Amino acid sequence: MGNILILIDAPIFTLQLLIDGILIGAVFALAAYGMALVWGVMKIINFAQGEFVILGGFVAYWTCGFGINPFLSIPIAGLVLFAIGWVLYRLIITRIVEGDLFISILATFGISILLQQLMNQLFGADVQTVESGLGTWFLFNDRITVLQVKVVAFGIALCLGLVLSLYMKKARLGQAIRATAQDSRAARILGIDTDRVYGATFALNAAICGVLGALVSMTWVVQPFMGLAYTVRSFMIVIVAGIGNVFGVILAGLGLGAAENFAGFILGAEFQTAFVFSLLVLILLWRNSLLRLQRRYLQ
Amino acid sequence: MSSVWKYVAYSGVIAISVVAPWALPAYQTQLAFLWVMVLLALTWDLVGGQMGYTSFGNIVFFGLGMYVTAVVQRNMHFGIEEYVHVAGAVETLTPQEYITGLFVGLGASGIAGVVLAGILGACLLATGMRGQYFGICTLGLGIAAGELASGWEYIGAGSGLVTPVFPEGLGQRGLFFYYIFFLLTLMLFLTLGWLYSGHFGLAINAIRDDEDKAEAMGIHTTRYKIIAWCLSAFFLSVAGGGVGHLVGFIDPTEVAFAGATFGVWMILMAILGGKGTLWGPVIGAVIFHFTQELFWTYLFGWQRVVMGAFIVGIVVFFPRGIMGWAGDRWPERFGHRTTG
Repeated sequence: MGNILILIDAPIFTLQLLIDGILIGAVFALAAYGMALVWGVMKIINFAQGEFVILGGFVAYWTCGFGINPFLSIPIAGLVLFAIGWVLYRLIITRIVEGDLFISILATFGISILLQQLMNQLFGADVQTVESGLGTWFLFNDRITVLQVKVVAFGIALCLGLVLSLYMKKARLGQAIRATAQDSRAARILGIDTDRVYGATFALNAAICGVLGALVSMTWVVQPFMGLAYTVRSFMIVIVAGIGNVFGVILAGLGLGAAENFAGFILGAEFQTAFVFSLLVLILLWRNSLLRLQRRYLQ
Repeated sequence: MSSVWKYVAYSGVIAISVVAPWALPAYQTQLAFLWVMVLLALTWDLVGGQMGYTSFGNIVFFGLGMYVTAVVQRNMHFGIEEYVHVAGAVETLTPQEYITGLFVGLGASGIAGVVLAGILGACLLATGMRGQYFGICTLGLGIAAGELASGWEYIGAGSGLVTPVFPEGLGQRGLFFYYIFFLLTLMLFLTLGWLYSGHFGLAINAIRDDEDKAEAMGIHTTRYKIIAWCLSAFFLSVAGGGVGHLVGFIDPTEVAFAGATFGVWMILMAILGGKGTLWGPVIGAVIFHFTQELFWTYLFGWQRVVMGAFIVGIVVFFPRGIMGWAGDRWPERFGHRTTG
């Protein structure tokens, strides 16, 4: 806890933590956007969200092993994950969508275990990272360091989010996705092929995660068992912001990134993960108590 | 099946269970773990199957019991500093000391499990958290517990905790724990069999089918939910305490809060056998425990991948498990009417 005093004595440190936190927060926000998409359209909470992110990171790591430019690996990871998402939808998700709640929870949980262990087998349990080849900016007489790749990742994540929300508003498929989210039965009556919409939504979400994973592998690290933390973060952000609230998702994502960075500094890095998961429980309790006032339940 | 034959079958199973560790002395530890598996599956099914609250964090109670038992036994007989620094090898306990410490520890872990379940129940279940939210919240709890345990020096932090050495005068370690787990599981099975056949079973099944309607019918849903959760936690904690001593070394994330192994297995076993039935988890656990050895031998590290695929496969294509399938196949033997 003595670290709080450091923050008070050296405000520049606070700024450093804030910048780092906000830069990573954009990635969290976009992952949450994807989760909210699947949640809103298919009424499924994708427990494998974080595994998709990490898988994207490993795809980027793997393609870079062939000497491909790391920035070229970002779209590749997106495409590969789009295909994986589509296959998973055809094989599994199509059978559980609009089905029993227990089945969808357990099935996506099973997918997360499957992917996690698959990555562990294929790429090993070591922490991996991709060299982006970009430098560092030094600000305020070298007191603050900003990795350029983090800024680039931040920009890509925000641009992708913008493109996606435009796509949802303007494109035919985007409109069909939104219609299905509002009322799948009515959408079907109006001639929308909801099965195709579900498939596209799930694959699109996987592709978003793939791009994010590639960014994560360049700016931070990827490791097969890190996925769950991303699932939980996305989930928290969606809970706080609500489904379909893009601005709220961005704000909550950036806030979570900053909060996590500060917690890691104050409590010590070994408690940072514990902080994320404890925060989840607290947020759920808070949300639950709010709903309880209206005699409604989380479900 | 007439009731005479039923009792003959039951006593046969019990007789085989009592004799098994003597007949197969080389597999005593394996057989002890068989009972642990049955217990894990049954406790998961109580909340996850019968009551319909899909929990991914029951491992919390398992790890809690493990740590409480070990810490109680440690503090009864050793100074903390000397124990931590030489990792348990200060001096071996006499059988008398070991037994007292172990049973006081197991009792304490049972109480700790119930208290924690009560607190969590008051926070989550009593406030009406359900479905996917409950699932993800318990998943977070399981991971958070492991992370907290690996950061806490008092219980050995990330380097784990060594349980006291099993004293020589007590016979074989596997045999000793075999009977502990056998009795514990038998107790659990009889308790559940009694509860499921009565009002309690109907009430929690009603909660699973439609909680709002159950409440409207006058069932105190919160009370039943918390009782079921505490009961499951009690047996899990006590079993966890025993497993810690049987393994001999408590690693915070690999043994105690082992979400990737025991945490997943208990779910898999329950749904394999058929969730929401009394015998399903038992059958699932026995099948899983015996086939697990095959998997581990022939799949060379791919067994966990296969396990994930297995969960998905069962859930999607075989959601009612072996018991559910058998119930569809021979409805008359399960007392179901074939019409309506």
